[in-house]
Amino acid sequence: MSRLRDALERGEFVVTGEIAPPLGTDLAAMRQSIETIGPYCHAINITDNQGASLHLSSLAASRIALEMGYEPIFQQTCRDRNRLALQSDLLAAWTLGLENVLIVTGDDPRSGDHPQAKGVFDLDSTQLLEVASAMNAGTDMLGRPLKGSTDFFMGAAMFPEAEPWDIQLLRAERKVEAGARFFQTQAIFDLAKLERTVAVMRPLGVKVIAGVIVLRSARAVDFINNRLAGLMVPDDIVARIKGASDVAIEAVALATEQVRAIRDIADGVHIMTLGLDSAVPQILGANQEA
Amino acid sequence: MIITQSRDWERIEADLDEIGASRVFIMGCGQCATVASTGGEKEVLEAKAKLEASGRTVTGWTIGEVTCHSGGTGLDTRKRSGDIEAAEAVLVLACGAGVQTVADAIAKPVFPGLESVFLGNVVRHGVFEERCQMCGECVLDKTAGICPVTTCPKGLLNGPCGGMWDGKCEVVVDRECTHVLIQRRLVEQGRHAQEVLSPKDYSKKLKPGSVNLREKKGGSR
Ligand code: SF4
Ligand code: SF4
Repeated sequence: MSRLRDALERGEFVVTGEIAPPLGTDLAAMRQSIETIGPYCHAINITDNQGASLHLSSLAASRIALEMGYEPIFQQTCRDRNRLALQSDLLAAWTLGLENVLIVTGDDPRSGDHPQAKGVFDLDSTQLLEVASAMNAGTDMLGRPLKGSTDFFMGAAMFPEAEPWDIQLLRAERKVEAGARFFQTQAIFDLAKLERTVAVMRPLGVKVIAGVIVLRSARAVDFINNRLAGLMVPDDIVARIKGASDVAIEAVALATEQVRAIRDIADGVHIMTLGLDSAVPQILGANQEA
Repeated sequence: MIITQSRDWERIEADLDEIGASRVFIMGCGQCATVASTGGEKEVLEAKAKLEASGRTVTGWTIGEVTCHSGGTGLDTRKRSGDIEAAEAVLVLACGAGVQTVADAIAKPVFPGLESVFLGNVVRHGVFEERCQMCGECVLDKTAGICPVTTCPKGLLNGPCGGMWDGKCEVVVDRECTHVLIQRRLVEQGRHAQEVLSPKDYSKKLKPGSVNLREKKGGSR
């Protein structure tokens, strides 16, 4: 059984990390990242053509993480594959031993490195969650019996800071009805908004893993505010990071504070290091082990 | 109506050069391309001037009444058969459907003079917006008369996606998110929130579309 599921169901505070597979076939840097953050994580998200930009597939990279002894969260976006390919990859994932899947819509191709690409979006993320739920129940999306079913632990994304909240909430509830058992959130800065999210999700029996991003440089802050969809760093934090004598040290200090606060609110934390993998142990607190 | 835009002029010149056409007949369209200011009399005369500036002879021009209509275009081209006969190529300032209708009607090489871009609403004079992609399985009944297939840049039936921020779209950031607009209008109209819509049936929209009212009562697809 998925270690992530087991820990969440036992009420343990979980830690997830994130790895982007390489653009190419040289796996050395990816393996290095996995080795660095893996020991501190219950599971590691393996992104799927992150930022609508070309990377090696999440399917292959997730399997590599598994072979290295770490638990991956296979990510599947709706952007690049039609319903045949999505179902086929879900079946493949299960046979490769990938038990966790995070189902997301995906950024639009026009924001990525292949803006000429056709965005597929044959299914949206709610529909794909329903498809994966059907596979867990032993059928494909047409209701035909599968020769061997899946038993995925399914997650979805949510964005507690994005307004209007009533519409976010409705969307999140629909994802739960469609089969999501955990949410991983976009990076959170406003903890009151995290609290309101957890307050409505807990009664639904769904776990909330709150996102923390390491704002390792002034450039990273600008990139997030100008280019990254659905995320805004508030002004006071921009001032704190940009005004620091050592931005990286300040960013790690901020992330450490955030993780400490999130422990009292959510079911886990999802750390996005923006490449500063070596800071993960410190961010989790010196004696933390996963 | 069908929205067309001007086409890269160098490409048009290159098309004509490729077959060595120095004498050209031009055909516009009196319907959509006239309203879109791409294939009416003014634009046809502009194209004529440009062709002449590049050293070609324009043997004649006409504005088809409804250029995508086979019967009408057959008639329009027969009326001008002398001028068309004298040309080595015909340049059509109409949508792709119009270009093909002309290409079927005459034996000469026919080239597109415009780009066909979308089925558009005329928001006001000279302002066109795409609101329908003619998916063959309309969901406007469930979405308060706002089309997610077309006006959500990702075409998501259920949304908003994770990039929505302050009610604005992640992709076209100066636009309202379609899914926020849908939920808001449903509430305003006292209707219940949009139910989860099932995946679209793309077999409803297989290419090439065809309707024949003569074959079967009510038409067939
Ligand atoms: S759902 Fe949208 S694209 Fe389909 S027919 Fe209706 S308006 Fe047109
Ligand atoms: S923000 Fe809204 S309209 Fe824009 S792509 Fe996402 S769901 Fe579609």
